[in-house]
Amino acid sequence: MGSDRDDGVSRRKVLECMTWAGTGVLWTISGGVPHSLGIMGEAQAQAQTVKSLTFLQLSDSHVGFDKPANPNALGTLEEAIVKVNAMPIKPAFAIHTGDISHLSTAQQFDDADRIISQSRLDVHYVPGEHDFLDPDQKFYKDRYGRGTKGAGWYSFDASGVHFIGLVNVVNLKAGGLGDLGADQLEWLEDDVKHLSASTPIVLFAHIPLWSIYPDWGWGTDDAAQALSYLKRFGSVTVLNGHIHQVMQKVEGNVTFHTARSTAFPQPAPGQGPSPGPMKVPEEQLRTMLGIANVTFKQNEQRLAIIDSPLKT
Amino acid sequence: MAAQSEPETGNEDTVTAISNTVRSALLAAALGAATATILAAVVIPTSAQNAAPASAVSIDNFTFTPASLTVKAGTTVTWTNRDDIPHGIGSADNSFKRSNALDTDDAFSFTFTTPGTYKYFCYIHPHMVGTVVVEAASGSNTQ
Repeated sequence: MGSDRDDGVSRRKVLECMTWAGTGVLWTISGGVPHSLGIMGEAQAQAQTVKSLTFLQLSDSHVGFDKPANPNALGTLEEAIVKVNAMPIKPAFAIHTGDISHLSTAQQFDDADRIISQSRLDVHYVPGEHDFLDPDQKFYKDRYGRGTKGAGWYSFDASGVHFIGLVNVVNLKAGGLGDLGADQLEWLEDDVKHLSASTPIVLFAHIPLWSIYPDWGWGTDDAAQALSYLKRFGSVTVLNGHIHQVMQKVEGNVTFHTARSTAFPQPAPGQGPSPGPMKVPEEQLRTMLGIANVTFKQNEQRLAIIDSPLKT
Repeated sequence: MAAQSEPETGNEDTVTAISNTVRSALLAAALGAATATILAAVVIPTSAQNAAPASAVSIDNFTFTPASLTVKAGTTVTWTNRDDIPHGIGSADNSFKRSNALDTDDAFSFTFTTPGTYKYFCYIHPHMVGTVVVEAASGSNTQ
């Protein structure tokens, strides 16, 4: 049960995280501490009073997926983008934490781009394992890999925050989990070496960089090595996808969070025969994807920025 | 086509004669062509007696069934994906070419000709592992 892990977290004021409609998580960073905002009215209130950076996280679009768990994954992605466009405050940009496509076909990548581009947001991608399934494993790099290193890792700065996009879905080893590899680790160590310890760090990758459920492959073998390079930083936020559900953990200065999918839900760890797509009643699907209507809560603006629960 | 000049010597044995002549000519041509051709000509009828062995692995719920499969050399193993999510077959030590991604109900086949133990995994979900043990096709009765 995820709640076992989350109990100590939800009461912390250091970082309160809310998924916004599963379409994505809307993140705000102010004063070096990231907050995710579930309710647009609150985000708007903060934007008016605090100089902040707001960005969106999309994950696991699985464009092309058409099985019973959601016969139209492209349609639910489109619903998500419609909601993004209805946000009272426009995020500065988006990150996408992988599995853009389901089978890495050109058509699926084209469809994903056609829909996501309707947000008119700059999107920073990292690949999921479903984005390297074309026989030559080149479509992802051709489309999203400009200016990246290796299989597609990179970093950039925005409003004083250092963002690092990592790839942990290639060259996987038999019996293993997600894998960053020696080359990427070496690059990461060098990438953060020059930064002051007060620089907020946002690390994002597809497979969780914390061990959630290794029996289902929900973890990354060499994540600890990567995180060891970030120990001196006061604020580290790790954003992942892959498991199609919200999970969160705080460990020292590091906050780990996974986002929902826009395509289909997966079971809680160990709560099913496999981590495959979970078929739920039609009326429940969108609640599992989280693309419910956005709720404005004008009267709770100030406090709710930090303390609002995941569901209202 | 030297054989075609022979049929002019006609009698009731003509058909047999032609047949024998053609067979001889073909064998001669084969001998002259390549050793591989001879082997094919000789081996194919023999192995046709024992249909090429085949074996199957099913992929259900992110699991290979059976997880360990023992076959004779020359066996074609076919993996079929029964999940709603793609899987891919990859050798743990690159001893055979990996499959393309297998969507639901897609299959991948590989013929194991050399005895040995072949560990493989799903290269999309690497915690999924399996083994094919290939035994010598003949001579097992001498042991």
